[in-house]
This record gives sequence, structure tokens and C-alpha cells, in this order.
Amino acid sequence: MTDTTNAPAAPSNPPPSQAARKGAWSRFLTATELDTRLIGMVAALILIWGGFHMYGVLVNGQGFFLTPRNLWNLSVQTASIGIMATGMVLVIITRHIDLSVGSILGFTAILMGMMQVNILPQYLGLGHPAIWIITVVFGIICGMMIGGFQGALVAYGGIPAFIVTLGGLLVWRGCAFLVARGETISPVDATFSLLGGGPYGSVGATGSWIVGLIICAGIVFMIVNGRRQRTKFEFAKRPYWADTFLAVLGCAATVGAVLLVNSYYWPKGIVKQYIAANDLNVEAETLFISHGFAIPVLVLVVVAVTMNFVMNNTRFGRYVFAIGGNPEAAALAGIDTKWMTVKIFAIMGGLAGLSAVVASARLNSATNALGTLDELYVIAAAVIGGTSLAGGVGTIFGAILGALVMQSLQSGMVLIGFDAGMQQVVVGSVLVLAVFLDILYRRKSK
Amino acid sequence: MSANTPIDRTGTPLVEMRNMSISFGGIQAVDDVSIDLYPGEVVGLLGHNGAGKSTLIKILSGAYAADSGEIYVNGEKATIDNPRDARTYNIETIYQTLALADNLDAASNLFLGRELTTKFGMVDDAQMEAECRKIMHRLNPNFRKFSEPVSALSGGQRQSVAIARAVYFDAKILIMDEPTAALGPQETQMVAELVQELKRQGLGIFLISHDIADVMELCDRVSVMKNGQLVGTEKVEDVTDDDILGMIILGKKPGAKAA
Ligand SMILES: Nc1ncnc2c1ncn2[C@@H]1O[C@H](COP(=O)(O)OP(=O)(O)O)[C@@H](O)[C@H]1O
Ligand SMILES: [Mg+2]
Repeated sequence: MTDTTNAPAAPSNPPPSQAARKGAWSRFLTATELDTRLIGMVAALILIWGGFHMYGVLVNGQGFFLTPRNLWNLSVQTASIGIMATGMVLVIITRHIDLSVGSILGFTAILMGMMQVNILPQYLGLGHPAIWIITVVFGIICGMMIGGFQGALVAYGGIPAFIVTLGGLLVWRGCAFLVARGETISPVDATFSLLGGGPYGSVGATGSWIVGLIICAGIVFMIVNGRRQRTKFEFAKRPYWADTFLAVLGCAATVGAVLLVNSYYWPKGIVKQYIAANDLNVEAETLFISHGFAIPVLVLVVVAVTMNFVMNNTRFGRYVFAIGGNPEAAALAGIDTKWMTVKIFAIMGGLAGLSAVVASARLNSATNALGTLDELYVIAAAVIGGTSLAGGVGTIFGAILGALVMQSLQSGMVLIGFDAGMQQVVVGSVLVLAVFLDILYRRKSK
Repeated sequence: MSANTPIDRTGTPLVEMRNMSISFGGIQAVDDVSIDLYPGEVVGLLGHNGAGKSTLIKILSGAYAADSGEIYVNGEKATIDNPRDARTYNIETIYQTLALADNLDAASNLFLGRELTTKFGMVDDAQMEAECRKIMHRLNPNFRKFSEPVSALSGGQRQSVAIARAVYFDAKILIMDEPTAALGPQETQMVAELVQELKRQGLGIFLISHDIADVMELCDRVSVMKNGQLVGTEKVEDVTDDDILGMIILGKKPGAKAA
């Protein structure tokens, strides 16, 4: 450890080395205010990634997991679950559950499919630039209305959320089937499909560097601003080295992600198409075009930053936590807990609608089966990410890490050729194990 | 008996609750109860567990809607439909359960529902913590745990957070529902001093307590409830501890035996 120079004066009697090491570690945790469970999650992620890669190396002679291509795909696959997981955090913090998100996703995807394929082109003409915007807004509003309706049944009807959304699980899936009459709606609007990722639905090398720099600037700003606030009120500050460490860590992770997505190049087939379409005079073999961040991943980043802001910096977020901690106290403090419940479920529904955008754009079609079983992955992501089912506790970024863990397991198993049955066994077991570990963790820290 | 300055009860009362009734299912929790409170006065509410004391004051604090009865604040009819309404009349309450969100820190609880915000409308945690430190320094100088959730606090520390919440916002009418239940003797003494200080500032206080000695020392009048009904209201200088005990246990007014 290099922190000894900046650490507060050492006690006059140095403790034995074992205790000193432990002391240094817990001092490090206290100083950086890093959560042990967050570190645990990152460790789990590294284990999963390394494990799948090594499995490939040992059994197939080549590892496919830790490649730019796979990790880029992983980021895109995580987007849809991650977007919904940020909303599920709010739902679970307030001691509710939403089992209907996968079905809301399916239904709103069908509604958006009808809108952009069958309805809007009649009035605007095929490929009109407003089609995707109207469709996205329409989808999100539909999701919000469905979610808000369910929230009202919970809040004002007094029906447990478990029952309302279990009913919703069937109702909205059924509606999706009825509206689409079981047919697949495709292809979606060309601009809309970019929201699903793919070579054209990515921002490229330069774009990714710009995004990366903005994120780094944001991290540094938050740390500097935090220091300034604490200085202004003369509160105890994190040590300089801890703030520096956090800033460097955050920026390094961001730059690493940019380097990674920029080292995944367009497939040669797409490059040839691109050369032909733009009449370029180059050989496909010599032209390397980076994917960069996929648009759905950027959507997830924007959603995460927004939701994190809402939870930590607005009254709404404060009330979500208060209701989760003690619903009666929240009501006595003058918070309209019922209306809050409606709003929370509406946000969840709206995010399911946004996920439907990403998911149907990625498939370039809408089917009534889209999002099946997603509710389980979303709930698992939130819970693995540290959202307590007892209410009152949870973080947005934790849930996104949780989504990444779930998706890593899922695509890792596909990569090494586990069959569907085995995948379900593993995912189900991991969920139960994660909740058990969570219970142990909380018992210990009590 | 402490040297209480006499209370002027000729003017309009600060609060008047007239003929309040409320029932839950089959239980008549409060049955036609009328009480009042003057500026600078402490009125004790006594009675067994389940007598209806908490329920009565929860009507005043906006937590429950009465089935019938009227509330007057400064002589004017008041409509209190929810806790926010009560706060607009400067009615602050320390609930028996404390009503703290255990997962939030002291400052977040202190300002719950009335958060300080920056000019951009964001919650201003640093400002709130600074204010919280100030008031806690006054109420409980030993309080240090500002950045921990209140679930990590002792009973007395939690109680002082709940008290701080009622005192911080310039209450005119203060309701204290068993404020010393979780406290040791020294902290109880601090609450007693606080009550007298607030009384000197002209607040009206409803003090619910189990302890007759406490009530006789701090209060100007006592109202005794039994089975949801008001047994009677007496000035403390007119009655003995035993009279009050009789009212609580037997539901009998002290004058009754003379009549
Ligand atoms: N929310 C409620 N629902 C049902 N019954 C209640 C409720 N609140 C209070 N009661 C009942 O009303 C009666 C009076 O209770 P309470 O006002 O808490 O008494 P006290 O504070 O004098 O001990 C009790 O019988 C209690 O069970
Ligand atoms: Mg009570």
C-alpha cells in the first residue's frame, strides 16, 4: 500500500503485522467509502469472466469470453435488462415487486411495431424521420400508463403488488398476442433499428472517446464538488489519496471500456457493403472501422445516471427511501405515499417501454414473446446488486452490475454450449444463493 | 409543585378539539372527547394503555380523520386532513413510535417531507447536515452519529432526533406522545427542561405520559381518558396524585365523592 505517507499519524505502538494489514484494508474501505458488497460483486464478475474464458481455453483450446467481440455483445445484451433493473430498484426499495415487466415489454414492443409499421407510414410516408421519435415516445407513454394503472391498483385498491403484477404478467402478454394476432411485426423503421445496436447503431471510435471524456469529466466533477461541499461546512473530508484513488479508478475503468469497444471492428461483410455504398476506393481488408459504444449501451448509461441522480439528489428519491424504511413514518411526515407508489410503478412501466425499444430494435422486429422471463432477470439483477427485499436499501449502479453478472452468466453458458435446461438451473440457483449471501451479509453487518 | 406562572385562560385557546369521535371497526377508540390548550400551557394527557390518547392526538396531527368533531386553532375552525395540513398550522408531533425512517440518517429524518433544496431544486444534504448538527448540539451535545442511519442509534439518540424534528420548525403547538419512554433519568431531565423552555417561549404543549409525577411537575392541567372517553380535566394545583390515580383507574372525577 502506498497510502502510508498520507495516512493519519500511526499509533505510537505499531500493532502486529496481521492486525496492521487488516487495519490498512478497513482503513482503506472507510477512507474511500467503497462498499464491501460492491467490491464483492466486482470480484464475482471477474471470477465469472475468467472462469468462462479459462473453460474455453482448457476444453476447446481457445477462450472466447474475454474478447472485444464477446464483451461488446455482452454490453448490448445487458442494456435491456439493465434499463429495467434501475426501475425495479425503486419498486423493491418501497417493498413491492413487479412481475409484469417482461410482459409490459412484449406488449409495448407490439404496440410500437404496429405504430411504426402499420400506422405512421400511412400518414407520414415510409422512412419519415419523425417515425422513430413518435414511436419511442408512444412506447414509453404506453408503458407508463400500464405501470401507473397497476400502481394505482396497489396503492388505492390495496391489492398486493405481487398479485396485481402476477395478473399483469398474464394480461399484458395476452394483450400482446391479441393485438399482433400471433404474428411477427417487421421490419421496424430503419432509424428506430439503430437503437438496438449493431455496426451502424454504434457511435464509432471518435464518438466513444467523446463519451468517455464526458464521463471522466463527470466523475472528477462529482469528487471535486463533494470535497468543496464538505469544506464549506467544515465536515470531515475523505483523505486526498482516497479521492484521488477514486477519480483515477473511475477514469481508468472508463478509458478501458472505450479502448475495448474501439478494438472491436466491423465485420468484413459490413465493411464491403459500406465501401460499396459510399463508393470508397479502399480494400476491405485494410479498412478497420471500430464499433465503439453501442447506442443501447449509451441509453443504459443515460438512464442509470438519471435514475441515480433522481434517487440521491431529489425529494422524490428521498421519499422512495423513506417509504421503504418506514411507510408509516413517511406518511406521518406528510408524504403522499399512495401517489408515490403510482409514480414508482409508472416509472417502472416507462422503463419497460424503453427496454422494448432496445429489444425490438435489436431484433429488427416485434414478437409477442419478446421479453419472456425478463422479470426474473430484472428482479435477480436488482437483488444481486444489493437491493434489499426487506425494503429501504438499494442502489442504481449496484443493480446494473447485477444485470451484468446475470447476463455474463447467461451468455457465458451459451458460449460454452450449456443447453437451455442447464442455463435455467444455474440462473435460478444463483438467484437463491445471492439472496442467501445477502441475508448473511446483512446479519453480519448488523 | 413547581412555581408555574399562572396561565391566562380568558382569551381564545390556541387549540380546541370539540366532541371528537373516531372508531376503528367495532372499537370506539375516541368517544366524544373535548380538550383545549392555551398559549404557554402544558396539558397532560393521562390514561391506561389503550385509553385512546395517541388516537386523539393523531387526529390533531392529521394522521387520522375523525368521524365527528371539530378542531379550532386560535378560535378559527381548522381543516386538518393530513399531516401537511397540521404542519401549516404549526402543529408538530413527537409520535410514540418516533416515526423515523430507520434507513435514513439523522438529518434526512429531521427534514423528511420538508427538505432544504439548492437553487436548482436538488436536496441539499450538506446544508441539512449542518442545520442538524446545530440543533442536535443544542438538544443533545453528545450526539455524534450524523452520517449513520438512525437504526444504528440508541433509544435515547433516536428520541432526540424525533424531538429535534418537532422543535426545529418553530412549532406553536407541540404534541409529545410519551417522549421520555425510551430515556434514562438524565435524558428525561433534559426533556423536562426543554418543555419548560418551550413553555416560556409561549408554545402550547400536549404532553402524553405514563408517569403521574412527571405530569404533576410539568403540566398546568391534566386531562384523563379511559376507554376512549374523557374522564375530566383538572388544574394540577386543585388535585392530588391520588385524585388523578382515581380518575385513571376508576374513571371517577375527584369532585364526585363530595357531590
Ligand atoms: N389504526 C388503528 N386501527 C385499529 N385500532 C386502533 C388503531 N389505532 C388505535 N386503535 C385502537 O384504539 C384504542 C386506543 O389506542 P391508543 O390511542 O393507541 O391508546 P393509548 O395511546 O391511550 O395507549 C386501542 O384499543 C387500539 O387498539
Ligand atoms: Mg399511546
